[in-house]
Amino acid sequence: MRNLLIFITKYNAFFLFLIFEIISLVIYIKYNSFQKATFINSTSQVTGALYTQVNGVKDYLSLKEVSDSLARENARLRGQLKTAFYTDTVAKHKVEDTVFKQQYTYIEAKVINNSINRSNNYLTIDRGSRQGVTKGMGVICSSGLVGKVVFVGEHLSVVQSMLHKDSRFSAMLAKDKEIGYVEWSDDMDPHKGILKDVSNNAQPKIGEAVLTSQYSLFPAGIMIGKVTNLHSRAGGYTLNMELALSVDYSRLHYVNVVVNKYAEEQAGLEAQEKKDE
Amino acid sequence: MSRTILINLVRFIVLVFLQVFLLKNVTLYNLSTPYLYIMFILLLPFETPNVLLFALAFLIGITIDAFYDTPGLHAASCVLLAFVRILFISITVQKDGFDNEPEPTLSNMGIRWFFTYALILTLFHHFFLFNLEVFRLSEVSYTLSRFVLSSIFTVFLMLLTGFLFFRRKERK
Repeated sequence: MRNLLIFITKYNAFFLFLIFEIISLVIYIKYNSFQKATFINSTSQVTGALYTQVNGVKDYLSLKEVSDSLARENARLRGQLKTAFYTDTVAKHKVEDTVFKQQYTYIEAKVINNSINRSNNYLTIDRGSRQGVTKGMGVICSSGLVGKVVFVGEHLSVVQSMLHKDSRFSAMLAKDKEIGYVEWSDDMDPHKGILKDVSNNAQPKIGEAVLTSQYSLFPAGIMIGKVTNLHSRAGGYTLNMELALSVDYSRLHYVNVVVNKYAEEQAGLEAQEKKDE
Repeated sequence: MSRTILINLVRFIVLVFLQVFLLKNVTLYNLSTPYLYIMFILLLPFETPNVLLFALAFLIGITIDAFYDTPGLHAASCVLLAFVRILFISITVQKDGFDNEPEPTLSNMGIRWFFTYALILTLFHHFFLFNLEVFRLSEVSYTLSRFVLSSIFTVFLMLLTGFLFFRRKERK
């Protein structure tokens, strides 16, 4: 017993190293596999408050860009107003619109923390459960798809960005509507994505737009990027292609959280189907 | 004694702020990211007890993790760093030299010793950090180039900081 104690005190550095290393690795692995340890992240009180403060200063530096992008979006939306179209029918009939019910609504949010240069990137937004954000909602911005909500705090949420190893969204080619899925490119370039598993029938062209499909978290037709490079795998039945992502993730300021009114119903039904099998 | 504690406290806060609000946004060609905050562990006094050293390393690691949203990642790397620090110092510094040189700073220890010290410790820390972050072997060349370039950047910043706070030693 005494010898054991002497041994431990002699090599105390090594044993302390083991203890602390195991603690940190347990925290690391737990967080990664179960995404449970929500208390040490940027939605917490202290870090969240600090990020909000610093962001207040940063906002001033980017006012010009933000106002430019808002002006551009305004112009685009104005283009979609009824008054922007020339009508060539004379007789109009009025339809009481009971067919279309609103499925998607949007919560606007400000990005208060963002990263693009790690292998798994997240952003923090200043809306949380109190404003109706829940886990699993999609996030978009004026130029396209941003990501998916993974943690929700009371006032802040963490979004897993498109630039994340595990991000995978259903997508389609704009013209022939062939479905595939997009992922972030393997070489971690923040401007590049890959569209995978598109059926061989598709005839994509370079420069063709890639949009979200109706199977995704998002409304169909949200811009993801443009095809820049085609390379089919040898002998494969599917096509892969490279995309230039339309969103500049280093310059995200304002985003919209997509609220799908039927998401719960859909998830419930699909869970039931799984149970029946 | 209380002066040492105060200096280290200020150093902790300044380095965390610098890391989180400035260096987090600095990345060269998407490859080279400096992690200057480990300088806090490097500059702790020689006489720091091992328990305290590990606890402080864990603390600064988990603080950085809270801001980076990566619980445990930096903490694990910093604890490894603290262990390598103990080994390195026990090999290269004689015990009786502690009295007149309380801290392993650039001005106390000279450029050659400090450079080797900073380089070796940074290499260990960054190697562990980048590999733990990626946690797979499929992009090994990319991870290694990130590791090497980031280490160079970090050591460069450390030497720069060392010279910035250089105080000429009065030989007794």
